[in-house]
Amino acid sequence: MFEMHEMTVRFSIGDALRDASLRIAPGDRLGIVGESGSGKSMLAACLMGMVPQSATLSGRLTIDGTDMTHAAEDLWQTIRARRAAMIFQEPMSALNPLRRVGDTVAEPMRVHLGLGKAQARARVQALFEEVGIPDPSARLRMFPHELSGGQRQRVLIALALACDPELLIADEPTTALDANVALKITDLLVHLSQSRNMALVFISHDLAAVARATTEIAVMYGGDIVERGPTAAVLGTPAHPYTQGLLAARPDPRAMPREADGSRRRLPTIPGSVPPLQAMAKGCRFTGRCAVERSECASVKPVPTGPRHTTCHALLHEETP
Amino acid sequence: MTLLQAQGLTRRYKLPRRTVFGTPPVLTAVENISFEIAAGQTLGIVGESGSGKSTLARMAMAFEAPDAGRILFEGQDIHALGAAQLRRLRPDFQMVFQDPFSSLDPRRKVGWSIAEPLRAMGVSAPDRVAEAFEQVGLHPADGDKYPHEFSGGQRQRIAIARAIITRPKLLIADEAVSALDVSVQAQILNLLMDLQETLGLGILFISHDLAVVASVCDNLLVMQRGQAVEYGAATDILNTPSHAYTRSLLTAAGETH
Repeated sequence: MFEMHEMTVRFSIGDALRDASLRIAPGDRLGIVGESGSGKSMLAACLMGMVPQSATLSGRLTIDGTDMTHAAEDLWQTIRARRAAMIFQEPMSALNPLRRVGDTVAEPMRVHLGLGKAQARARVQALFEEVGIPDPSARLRMFPHELSGGQRQRVLIALALACDPELLIADEPTTALDANVALKITDLLVHLSQSRNMALVFISHDLAAVARATTEIAVMYGGDIVERGPTAAVLGTPAHPYTQGLLAARPDPRAMPREADGSRRRLPTIPGSVPPLQAMAKGCRFTGRCAVERSECASVKPVPTGPRHTTCHALLHEETP
Repeated sequence: MTLLQAQGLTRRYKLPRRTVFGTPPVLTAVENISFEIAAGQTLGIVGESGSGKSTLARMAMAFEAPDAGRILFEGQDIHALGAAQLRRLRPDFQMVFQDPFSSLDPRRKVGWSIAEPLRAMGVSAPDRVAEAFEQVGLHPADGDKYPHEFSGGQRQRIAIARAIITRPKLLIADEAVSALDVSVQAQILNLLMDLQETLGLGILFISHDLAVVASVCDNLLVMQRGQAVEYGAATDILNTPSHAYTRSLLTAAGETH
């Protein structure tokens, strides 16, 4: 069980993550959604103990009850070796181009599990089968450039699974892939989480992929978790103005492109763009782009409220008039 | 009126030789593709990577010639024109690229970059630079800034300003919103719609994202491995896709709706 309570990651120019609270139990599938600069990857870095040294951490992070907030690097190494693994967006740059993919995947087993060459090889072959790589005994002798993008991502998933982690963090795992391949990789991650009772944290800006992959979702903006809850509920009836804006701005492939008078139908937009960290408002970070903004929004940080832990002054005001 | 007409376009690339004396294998990037774009209309091209979308764009921009077929711009075969004639025609069709971070010179003020097509035409008109800035929702004073001072969405606006400064009839947008966040992407798509209505632009809009293409196009060309899988009115194709590949793209794009 990974638990995060009011974690803040502070840099000299501002907070990259503010008061993030989360709980990840075995078999959970949690989606983290947000645009660039929303703090998604910083949240993942916290869970992996990979926050840059220049940052100051506050709040509490526990793994099975053990406080890891300020844990030493060697303790984190044992976590990363056996218990938590991560896959990244770009499957080409995450693999060593000069090594056969089978050797790359075998390495953590040899180092952390102390397996011999033959044992490791047998396990790699079994893992390749599990992640859906056809003809694994031939594929594990190949170099990364000989594989397609989807297959490379499968190799990276096999690498992440090498030491049977309890938590797999997938940071934009489908962004670099074509739509149809992305669907298959998404489904594979769901299947692996279910069959291994492994927690999955699926980070993406792609709402469709997150909807497919996860049961719980946390929406992030400017380093804040603005809303979290069951995936279907949050995407179906978004509570936070940012979530609402984000969902509305996504084009609908089935919508009619033109109005009755022949003019083209415009997309609903969120005005402005994500400000840089140093220019973020002290209070709610969505200030300046929000349609229901109130006078206190810029200066007072909204308290997470209600079943979705929504951080919004306007909503708070609505509920308690 | 037909602005751009592609007739039976085919483009093949020679791949590296496998053996010293063997014939090099050939990749057919685009095979027998035909389409039309009228003034004020948008043709969307959708397909996965390697489907030949960008090869089509490069041929439509006369960056490279097709091995078979013709591209007619207002009735003239652009690949049959001489270099000087083609240069005179270039202001009429312009392109917006995917990556607003690499398509602008980081060491030049953006006002200079935007005016570059005008200089290539031998025209000097500072008022047109200001006009282009305003058309894309920026301030003329922004011309004195460098690219790094702008966000990704603003940079894409600058790239669009550079493309429309020659007052083109046709705009080719190759993955022009793919690098942008969803909330900014909608702004840029709306900007393209605004410009199309005010300037009467024909747009060739290329993307791997069917939802994005669907929101801006009148006609749709679905490509897979260099072939046209479907071509026709976008609403027809999206409502009753006849090909399994189009259906799978719709599934991939429409999960949250």
